[in-house]
Order: sequence, then structure tokens, then C-alpha cells
Amino acid sequence: MSNKRLLSRGLIRRGAIVAAVLASVASPAFAGWGGLNMTRGVTELSEIIYDLHMEILWVCVVIAVAVFGAMIYFVVRFRKSRGAVPDTSLLHSNKAELIWTVIPVVILVMMAVPAAKALIRIEDTRNSELTIKVTGYQWKWQFDYLGSGVNFFSTLAESSNFARQKGSGIDPNTVENYLLESDHHLVIPLDTKVRLLLTANDVIHAWWVPAFGMKKDAIPGFVNEMWIKAHTTGTYRGQCAELCGRDHGFMPIVVDVVSKEEFARWLESQKSATDAAPLVPAAQSAPPADGATPAASSTNS
Amino acid sequence: MATSYANDPAHAGAHDGKPRGVTRWLFTTNHKDIGTLYLTLAGIMFFVGGFMALVIRAELWQPGLQIVDPQTYNALTTNHALIMIFGAVMPAWVGFANWMIPMQIGSPDMALPRMNNYSFWILPFAFMLLLGTWFVPGGAPAGGWTLYPPLVLQGGDSLPMTIFAIHLMGASSILGAINVIVTIMNMRAPGMTLLKMPLFVWTWLITAYLLIAVMPVLAGAVTMLLTDHFFGTSFFSAAGGGDPVMFQHVFWFFGHPEVYILILPAFGIISEVIPTFSRKPLFGYESMVYATASIAFLSFIVWAHHMFTVGMPLAGQLFFMLSTMLIAVPTGVKVFNWTATMYRGSLSFETPMLFALAFLFLFTIGGFSGLMLAIVPADFQYQDTYFVVAHFHYVLVPGSIFGIMTGVYYWLPKWTGHHYNEKLGKWHFWLSAIFVNVLFFPQHFLGLAGMPRRIPDYSTQFTDWNMVSTIGAFGFGLAQILLLIVIRQCVRGGAQAPARAWEGAHGLEWELPSPAPYHTWGKAPDLGTIARGAEH
Repeated sequence: MSNKRLLSRGLIRRGAIVAAVLASVASPAFAGWGGLNMTRGVTELSEIIYDLHMEILWVCVVIAVAVFGAMIYFVVRFRKSRGAVPDTSLLHSNKAELIWTVIPVVILVMMAVPAAKALIRIEDTRNSELTIKVTGYQWKWQFDYLGSGVNFFSTLAESSNFARQKGSGIDPNTVENYLLESDHHLVIPLDTKVRLLLTANDVIHAWWVPAFGMKKDAIPGFVNEMWIKAHTTGTYRGQCAELCGRDHGFMPIVVDVVSKEEFARWLESQKSATDAAPLVPAAQSAPPADGATPAASSTNS
Repeated sequence: MATSYANDPAHAGAHDGKPRGVTRWLFTTNHKDIGTLYLTLAGIMFFVGGFMALVIRAELWQPGLQIVDPQTYNALTTNHALIMIFGAVMPAWVGFANWMIPMQIGSPDMALPRMNNYSFWILPFAFMLLLGTWFVPGGAPAGGWTLYPPLVLQGGDSLPMTIFAIHLMGASSILGAINVIVTIMNMRAPGMTLLKMPLFVWTWLITAYLLIAVMPVLAGAVTMLLTDHFFGTSFFSAAGGGDPVMFQHVFWFFGHPEVYILILPAFGIISEVIPTFSRKPLFGYESMVYATASIAFLSFIVWAHHMFTVGMPLAGQLFFMLSTMLIAVPTGVKVFNWTATMYRGSLSFETPMLFALAFLFLFTIGGFSGLMLAIVPADFQYQDTYFVVAHFHYVLVPGSIFGIMTGVYYWLPKWTGHHYNEKLGKWHFWLSAIFVNVLFFPQHFLGLAGMPRRIPDYSTQFTDWNMVSTIGAFGFGLAQILLLIVIRQCVRGGAQAPARAWEGAHGLEWELPSPAPYHTWGKAPDLGTIARGAEH
């Protein structure tokens, strides 16, 4: 018996250590705990999705308060230690069972209607003003501005790539936008419906920038589509979201949303760079991080 | 632990006719021995898979790569899932089925005892093959437990070994399921009608049908992978006219019923334990049976909600969203019935009841996040993030695993004849229940904040919650050592348990002495005994 007591005392001590560790971890870093919820994002779709997310979340919270409240009340109220006597005649009640079947159905319908509406809006890729073909590779992205001849690869930025090597000795906290920085950003114009055509060259990848709300798989041999219409300029970051092998965690997506004028200028500069040196075919066969591809976009970062 | 029980002179009665030594376990056709074998294997695999989880969580303690390289990390997540699903949870349920179903329906044994032995002894070979992949060129499978092509086809020698291991596990599951169905349909004591069966027997019967329906589908899917890789077919390669997404459809047609295979027997156990410790029959017994059957039916028509981002037609997305949301209705019925069972009961809180209550609360949280994931537009954000990881761990750890814990504590006195150490059991419960939340709740935040799943390294803004999660993981993992101590103590000795080990327990197993003799119900129970047991 004394063994057991010793053991439980040991457990209490271990619990205290864990609590201490927890406290020490929490206090200095508290400022960084902001990331609790989904981003509202900067596109029409991301806002619809965020609002839908919050709506379901609150419905769940309300149901949870009711259901957990009942459970906690019963656990406290009907304790044997408080002399509760079981009422063994309570076997079933058609009325109760009807109520707790019908009410959930009503709630579900109330959830499904806005969800279906949002979905129909999301799937409407018509009337896009710009189409970019996105191809996933192990482990980089290729962006092809269809019809303009602008075409480049995008890989993990060198600073992150050095730091992420095992035993690099570089503290990731000292690297700006660790793992979420690429050598060439995708650049898209503001307030423009941009259609992305997604495919892959080897295995399945998924293209995801949380601020744009959408995620879509890039599948070899097939073309998927999605659209973005960003209403705020800025740089937005995401990464591959479908396990694609060893370096799945190291293929970021960085998108610069710029004004229409700036985008036109950028596209022209890309075109002239491409005309001057037809490097795109070469870049397709060589690793794109060799610095040979047009690098104008890096000035945007 | 099993051996020490077998050799305990207090129990090895001369009448038992129990063979001795290792051949007892190799050649046994006794449902209780086979149940013990299954549960022992499940316990070992739980710790193997748990060890992998701790390496994963240790790597994720902070950004940067410290312990494993990315390839090994992917192999760890892949194997953790395969081991936990096929090695820990599924064999644990078959172990419970073996031990309890014959005793609960008044049958002397399983209907097909020799096949029972065979279905168990396939498994050690399957897991030797799977774990053996760690030692072959190219390393262990690292394409995720979902085995999506084309990625999985990049594996080395591990690919055929994994596929063959899955074939063996599937064969074992099918044999086990056939045995359960034949036993329940044919071996019930006279008077034990279907609607007198305990809920655990009901949920297992439905689970067995799910197994028979979907394990061959999985076998077919992985066989197509095999022929794509070795025999030049192009089932899943667009270059040859195939479609990689077709694999996902076939896989999840197996995969979604599979998640109910992992949880339905837990529903059964909870439906026995809450009434016992509320000293009151289960509320709405028949609606519980129908709800379970509805969930099983719906599980066949919701599979594509695992793949909303593959680019399905709008009508397909709407269909799978609505069918998935429908599952909330029968699941809600179950939760409400369990809650109503406690209403005007007389509750006490021994360890099985504590685990059952934690199940009730935490599985419901997993249900809420499941409902959120069903909403397609929102799923476009949630898909493949830690929000999904949090969701399925909430339904599998405080769901399936706590269901298993509930059953272990509930029936240990029947299996061993001793009461376990209640104080230590409660310590195990509280540490598990607290740390499981420290472990998995922050993962909701991580996912919503934008952290994808299956990555070995992450951007620095995710550090804090990952640290909390890792602390929870080690707390939860270490707490499981207490389970081993409790079981060991209980097998070796402890206060003698009466036949009806719990005051409020009903069911034929409690009409038998504790420990249950090696052979039980050689003579079928009479109607009076059945009626006493069937007060659900």
C-alpha cells in the first residue's frame, strides 16, 4: 500500500513540474497567442466562409452549453452519495425522443441553407479577368500567366531553407517569415477576379492561402479551378496542404496583391525579362532556385 | 500479464481442462483465451503507436528540425495511424467481442472457434511485416495511412510489405466479423431475443456487417496500387487513362465506415456502463439500436466528405454535405439517451463511469467539430489542417480509446476475479482526461490559425500551442503506465470480486462467477436468468 501512496505522491510532484513548465512557457510568449481563430481574409469568398464558420461555431457553442449543462446538472443532482433514489420506470418517452430528433433537423436545415448558398457562389468561376495556371511539383510551385507568356517557379526562400536543415544551428525565430517565404511571389491585381487552374506534375498537392479562404487540390493529369478576388493589397502567405512527400512542409505560397496599375507594370517587366532571355524552358528542367529565373517579383517582398 | 493469470493457482481449477504452457495460447480455441490474446496485442500496439506519437510530438515541440528528418517524420505519422487503427483499436474491440459476446448471450463459446484462433494468429505476422518496413531499403511507408497514389507508389520495398500487411489485417477482420455474426445469429440462449441483447452485442453485430462490407473494398484498393506499381496497370495514373482521385473514392468508401467500426463498440460499452452506475435502465433502448443502425447505414453514403477539395461537381458536394450533416441526428439521439439515462438516476463515480462520462463530454466535442467539417465552404479552410487532426483525435482518443478504458475497468473484475485498485484507476482517469485535452484542444486553434497537418516543421507563430500540445502528449503517454500497473495488480490479486461486481450491473455475464470460469454457459441460462439480465 505504501508503494501506491509513494506513487501518487510522485504523480503530484510530476504534475507540479508540468504546471511550472506550462507557466514558464506561457508567460513570456503570451503576446504570440493571438492565432486562435480562422482569419477573415481579404476576399469575398474568405469573408463568406469566415462568417459561415462563426455561425456554425456559435450554434455549436449554444447546443454545447445546453447539453453539457444538462449533463453537469444531472451528475451533480442525482448522485448516490446525496441520497438520490433511481426512478427505474423511466424507460423511454416518445415525446422526448421526437423533440430531440426534430430540433436537430431544424437546426441542420438552418445551417445547410447558407452553406449551400456560399458553395454555389464559390463554384461560380465565370467572368474571370485573369487566368493563372498553377502547377505543383515536388517541392515547388510553377505559375503561368496564361496568354502573357509570363511563367516562373517558386520555391522556399534560401534563408528558411538553410535554417530548416536538421542541425543547422540557426534559430528559426531569427528568420523572417520562417517557412512562409518564397523566392518568387505570385503577383495578382487588386479587385480582379483571378481564376486559378490547378494541376500537378508528379503527386497530388493542394494550394492554400488562408487569407483567400480557399483550398484546392492540384492533381496530376487533371485541372481544378478556383477563383480569388482580393480587396486589400498586401502580401499573403500559405503553403501546400496535401501530403506530397519528404518536403511537403517546405513549399510555401506567397502572394502579393497589388494595384491594377502596379500589376500591369510588373507583368510588362516580367515579359521583357522573358523576351530578353528565354529562360523559362531552361528553368523547367533546372532547379528554379538557381537565380536564373526572372527575379523582379522579389522586389515586392 | 495473461500468462500470470493463467498460471495463478487460485484459478487454474482442475475442472477447467486448461492446457498449460505456450501451446495453450498457440492452439487455443477458447473465446476467453483468444479475447485475452487480442487485448494483449492491442495493448502492445497501443504503446508502440503511442511511442511513435511521442516522437512526433517531441519533434513538434519547437520550430526547426531537431530529432527526425522529414522522411522519417512522414513514416512516423503513417505508421502511428496504421498501428493505432489496425493494431490497437480494432484488435481491442475483437478482444472485447470474444470475451463478452458469448457470456452476454448465454453461449458456451464463439460459433467458429478454430477460425477464431486463426483470425488472431494472422495478426502478429501482419504487424511483423508492417513494422519490418522500418528495416528495408527506402524505409517505412511515408505516404500517409491513406496511401494516396501517386505519392504512395514512390515508396520502396515498404509498399508491397505494407499492402500485404493490410491484406492480412483485412482477412483477420473479416474472419472475426463472420464469427461474431454467426455467433450472435445462432448461439443465443433460447429466450435471448434480438431486442433483449445488451447494446454491446448489438453495436458489435452492426460493426461486423460494416467490416464485411468494407474490408474487401480496402483490399481491392490496395491491390490496385500493387498492380499499378508492379504489373503496369494504370488504375490511378492519368497518364494511362486512370484517375488518382478514384483511389480516394474507393479508399474512403472503406474509410468512413471504418471510423464507425472504431467507435460503434464504444457506443455499446457506454450504453452498458452509464445505466450500471446510474442504477437505472438505459433510456430508449430500442431507439439506441435504431440510431446505431442508421449511423451504420449513413456511413456508406458520406465518404466524399473526406475529399471536398479534390474538385467535385457542385451537386456531389451538396449531397455529401447534407448526408454528413444527417449523421448528427442519430448521434444526437444517442447522446441525449445517455444523458437521459442519468436523469433521476442514482449515480456513483467508479473509474468505468468516469471514463464513460469523459467519453460523453469529449466525444460530443468531436461531434461538434465533425459537424463544422461537414459544412463544405468552411471545410475548404479546415481541410488538411490541425483542425482535422484535433477532430479525429477527439473522436478516437476520448472516443474509442476511452471506450476501451471504460470496458477494461468495467469488466476487469469479471475477467480476473479481483477488484482493481480504485484509487490508482482514478489517478489514471484524471491524468488521462486532463492531458488528453491539453494535448488535443490547442490543435483546434493551430488548424484555424493556418497550420497544415502532416508537416514536420512549422512557421514560428504556431510555436506556443504546439508546446502545450506536446506537454499534453507526454502527460497523457506517461499516464498510460498507470493502466499497466492497475491491470498487473488486478491480475495478480486484490479484493475478491462477487459475481455481480457492480451494484447496478445487469446482463448475463454478471450471473456468472468472478472470475468467469474457463468454460461458461455449457448449459444455456434459463428464462428467469435471461429476464434478470435483460433489464437494460
